[in-house]
Amino acid sequence: MRIEYVYWVCGAILATCAALDLRAGRFAVAAFWAILAASFLGGDAILSAATAGNTLPAQLVGLGVIALALIAGSGRLRVQPEIPLDADAARRRESAAALGNRLFVPALVIPFGTLALVLLHPYMHWNGVSLLDPRQATLTALGLACVFAAAVTLTMTRATPAVALGETSRLLNTLSWAALLPMLLATLGAVFAATGVGDAVAHVVTQVIPADSRVASLLAYAFGMVIFTVIMGNAFAAFPVMTAGIGLPLLIVQHHANPAALGALGMLCGYCGTLLTPMAANYNVVPAALLELRNPNGVIRAQWPTAVCLFTANLLLMNFFAFP
Amino acid sequence: MNYWPLLGIAVVVCGFALRLNPALVVVAAGIVSGLLAGLPIDELLTLLGRSFVSNRILLLFVLTLPTIGLLERAGLREHAHAWVARLRNLTLARLLVAYLGLRQLLSMLGLRDLAGHAQTVRPLLAPMAEAAADKIDPALSTDERDKVKALAAATDNVGLFFGEDVFLAFGAVLLIQGFYAQHAIELDPRSIAMWGLPTAIAAFVIHALRIVIYQRRLIGKCGQGRPLRDFAITDDRKGNDAN
Repeated sequence: MRIEYVYWVCGAILATCAALDLRAGRFAVAAFWAILAASFLGGDAILSAATAGNTLPAQLVGLGVIALALIAGSGRLRVQPEIPLDADAARRRESAAALGNRLFVPALVIPFGTLALVLLHPYMHWNGVSLLDPRQATLTALGLACVFAAAVTLTMTRATPAVALGETSRLLNTLSWAALLPMLLATLGAVFAATGVGDAVAHVVTQVIPADSRVASLLAYAFGMVIFTVIMGNAFAAFPVMTAGIGLPLLIVQHHANPAALGALGMLCGYCGTLLTPMAANYNVVPAALLELRNPNGVIRAQWPTAVCLFTANLLLMNFFAFP
Repeated sequence: MNYWPLLGIAVVVCGFALRLNPALVVVAAGIVSGLLAGLPIDELLTLLGRSFVSNRILLLFVLTLPTIGLLERAGLREHAHAWVARLRNLTLARLLVAYLGLRQLLSMLGLRDLAGHAQTVRPLLAPMAEAAADKIDPALSTDERDKVKALAAATDNVGLFFGEDVFLAFGAVLLIQGFYAQHAIELDPRSIAMWGLPTAIAAFVIHALRIVIYQRRLIGKCGQGRPLRDFAITDDRKGNDAN
């Protein structure tokens, strides 16, 4: 099984949500999810065409990305939240009392189903075809577990698939553009890498720090990791840039730092930056939307003190372990 | 060296500062940076399209939505709430610290996708944390409720980030090893992952302390500082609500 099948299920869900929005007369919202659905359903074909030299489908997706951004920017994605009815709340309480702890079962099927599939993965293959995509075993397992959990929930609650899709559409419209932000940021990362933004930053930084001072170089490396992660939203993007620019020439070659300790702790400085930035959308912006917080930066506000304390601790550990 | 593409970063910073729609800001920054680097339009569009499609994995959480939507309709959040309310000894701090420890351990074993904001925080952890906070003060303001939920999400992030880099086969460890290998420094992944451990411990201690301090403040705010004795009363009330 390939991870591509999991993407197709995703695409089908998105396409249905688009259809539901279309029926409700929310044309901009429908167009938004439809463009996204198309890039999921056609994803594999688009990538293989681009590899084969036909870049037209990829260019169309590029135009689609711009369209998605324009729809999001136009503010037309806002769906009127349904007024919570007392009858609904009463029905939910009744149902909760009737189903009791069984309600936890499907919610736990997702994590434990994933775990079971990952653990059984080496034993599950027929005629040399593996059940899970070997490149993305955990995520294929997660996809399968989600489908299985949905089936269990449908049986348990005796709801129709139409109700399930209606609920999905409701949740998706709560998330709105925040759902898309992680993909857009990853795309921006790729553009920054292709246009040499990282190298330019490293070049500027190395020109301003006093290279002879070990402490100054260490501080520049640590703060550089944090700041660059805050800008890029991703410590993985910051690591090669900062380590090639400062870590390797100054700290390792000139001041004899231990490369393993410096690399590991440097990366962790970047992680502290991830806790601070809206650019790390899947960790900081999506959950704020998922939990329906009124402040979109609520999660960052809850974790910045941890990030600052931990960065300080990490800086001390780095000074201690990297220079034995 | 061409410094012009750096203006893409300026677009991001200004866009976020002016509170424009983040999706719009991010795409605009990519276009600005690409055009200033001298990429022709067709190549820029290809680059945008290809990298967008290659990162579909980031939207995989959509698959959890049908289950979560149905369960919520069937009263999952109400039940998680009632369940925590019945457990006398489960305080907000104990719940969140236990989750933090568990999330760190699981990520250290490489099971990073087992939990997450869509999989566990929205359907389970957040309503449970709210219920535990309700034991302290049943009349929490919406602001305070938002803070409790945000703390639950923050706990998931800290647990994930500072557990996963101790796992040998995790991307970060392999990225570090690969980077050094390119520069003729050969390292064993174990020697890199090992250095993640002290920070992992520090992360647990710091965040757990913050959770405990938050709970103290919440108890202090509701004025009496005697929430434990109030549990019985709150329990009965919640029990009735759930039935």
